[in-house]
Amino acid sequence: MKTFGTMKFFIHISLLLFGLLVIAESAAAQITVRPEGPVTSIQVGIDQAAAGDTVVVHAGTYQENNIEITKPLVLMGIDRPLIDGDNEGTILVIRADSITVQGFDFRNTGRSYIRDYTAILIDQASDFIVEDNHLYNVFFGIYLAETNRGIVRNNRIESYDRREASSGNGIHLWYVKNPEIIGNHVEGMRDGIYLEFVEDARINGNISSKNNRYGLHYMFSNGGTYYDNTFRKNGAGVAVMYSENVDMKNNLFENNWGASSYGLLLKDMRQSNIEGNRFYRNTVAIYSESSTNIQIKNNHIEQNGWAINIKSSSARNYFTKNNFIENSFDVRTDSPRNNNVFEGNYWSNYEGYDLDRDGIGDVPYRPVSLFSVIIEKQPESLILMRSMFIRLLDTAERIMPVLTPKTLYDEQPKMHRIP
Amino acid sequence: MNSLLLHIAKNEWKSLLRGKWVVGYGLIFLLLTDSLLRFGGGGPEALLSLSNVMLLFIPLVGMIYGILYIYQSREFIELLLTQPIDRKVLFWGLFVGISTPLMLAFVVGSLLPLAWHSILMTAAAPSAMVLGLGAVLTMIFVSLGFLFGLAFYDDRIKGFGFTIVVWLFLAILYDGLVLMLVFTFGQYPLERFVIAVSMLNPIDLARIMVMLEFDVSALMGYTGAVFNRFFGSSLGIITASGMLTIWLAIPTWIGLRVFKKKDF
Repeated sequence: MKTFGTMKFFIHISLLLFGLLVIAESAAAQITVRPEGPVTSIQVGIDQAAAGDTVVVHAGTYQENNIEITKPLVLMGIDRPLIDGDNEGTILVIRADSITVQGFDFRNTGRSYIRDYTAILIDQASDFIVEDNHLYNVFFGIYLAETNRGIVRNNRIESYDRREASSGNGIHLWYVKNPEIIGNHVEGMRDGIYLEFVEDARINGNISSKNNRYGLHYMFSNGGTYYDNTFRKNGAGVAVMYSENVDMKNNLFENNWGASSYGLLLKDMRQSNIEGNRFYRNTVAIYSESSTNIQIKNNHIEQNGWAINIKSSSARNYFTKNNFIENSFDVRTDSPRNNNVFEGNYWSNYEGYDLDRDGIGDVPYRPVSLFSVIIEKQPESLILMRSMFIRLLDTAERIMPVLTPKTLYDEQPKMHRIP
Repeated sequence: MNSLLLHIAKNEWKSLLRGKWVVGYGLIFLLLTDSLLRFGGGGPEALLSLSNVMLLFIPLVGMIYGILYIYQSREFIELLLTQPIDRKVLFWGLFVGISTPLMLAFVVGSLLPLAWHSILMTAAAPSAMVLGLGAVLTMIFVSLGFLFGLAFYDDRIKGFGFTIVVWLFLAILYDGLVLMLVFTFGQYPLERFVIAVSMLNPIDLARIMVMLEFDVSALMGYTGAVFNRFFGSSLGIITASGMLTIWLAIPTWIGLRVFKKKDF
């Protein structure tokens, strides 16, 4: 009897203790890290925190690298604490779901030709948020490997290593599902934003400029969208390759100059939309190789060297309602045949007339000039650009096409700019 | 001596203004530039069209004016030659007297519409380049006209014929020849050669300078490293300007020599 009573008492006590523990679990605690202590190391702060806690890091410099987070928590910087990796290894590794990292400065990752040292590495995690961080002098900026549903928002990544081989990518995505890359600013990296085997990416409102190679590099990534981004002065512009169902809208591609630099390079693309973008002063605005069923619509293509360079391997692409304004050359191609459709565009180089006043020119416009065919054969003849002789040749060819693709023309060239 | 030069030049200005041709010439550029800006949408495209017209007509008009002046003012020149005037001063007086009004007609005629369509403010550098090149081309071709006038002093038909042929050659045929050369020797690296050949024709030179200003993005995409380096740096502009100066200096210098030694 008595023993039974004590037993009951113990059960009550343990139930009570357990209840208290549950309460403690659900009310997330906060752990403070500050340079003057008591907790002076971010890693120690993280280790002390339980799942779901918030680790608040106050302003100051923290010389740490290979910080690991293996449980869901919020890592929050107050007044931009700086984490200095001391040029060694990776700085922060996220290896659990539902982690938020916010408001930090990261500096000086290691650099290596073998390993991808990164400021923030998210490894096989989901539902994370990386927000409002500034990254300077890093090898890779933010690296997403095999993640799902994460957000990378309003970060600023800057690094200035002019050599392509020894610089890493700003935001690097590898085997990722449903990422949102929003409002980031990437400058001076190898590729600004790099995607490989990514599904349904949303890349909106980023600025990617002065990168050594591509502003955006898109590989084997189906079903993504990228809207309202700016790609400026990148070594090779933007490359979108080996993917399908990609939506590219309202982006700005400008000042991408160089022998192998393109506003937008398309290679082996299928079923995609390019709409409402602005291409301004690129060497080649849109370059297309082996791409099919792309809708290129309502774009504004202005003052580029070549507006379109389309290889004969591209077929069934539709160029409609675009404005082609003051490009040195409108279309360049390497084949006498044409497998694409140009219809209802505005061409500022069009010299036709509109007698019935319906806003559509009465004679078709041939965007491939004889001179661009000549240049294709003998690049040195570029020096004759805008000469009277070339103009005469071009006019004669437009009236009686012999060397330019006979079937490449816009039958309904608009007389006025399309708003 | 300078006052004498100015005196001769002033005399010419007066007679040119009386002839009203120069005013008409300026008005043509005024109307042309204005309509280009009004109907061509404005902006860089209008400047390009203006530069095309300039590259074609300024050489022709400059040469015709130069040679015409020598022929028309024969009595005047011969009268002045009887006076104790240095032939050098007389030559410069005549040259300045004819080339500056032409130059001014072009510059003012094109400048005014550019100013009232406010292109001058938005595209200052390209405007200045087009106007400056027009001015230099005027000087070069007036001096060439002078040279032909003096060389064919007694045979006007020959003089005019020669002028037209030279214009046709420099403005159109020369580029055809360059293209032919490029295709004939296509297997060889031709970039340097092509640059050098273009330097020999003042119209091509001016065209290349316009091209440098307007088509930079196309040129930056050119695969030949030599072109890229040449056009990418300020060396291109400097060399081209230097060659234009040589083109101005040599015909004038030969003209002056012919004028000094000629037995009128």
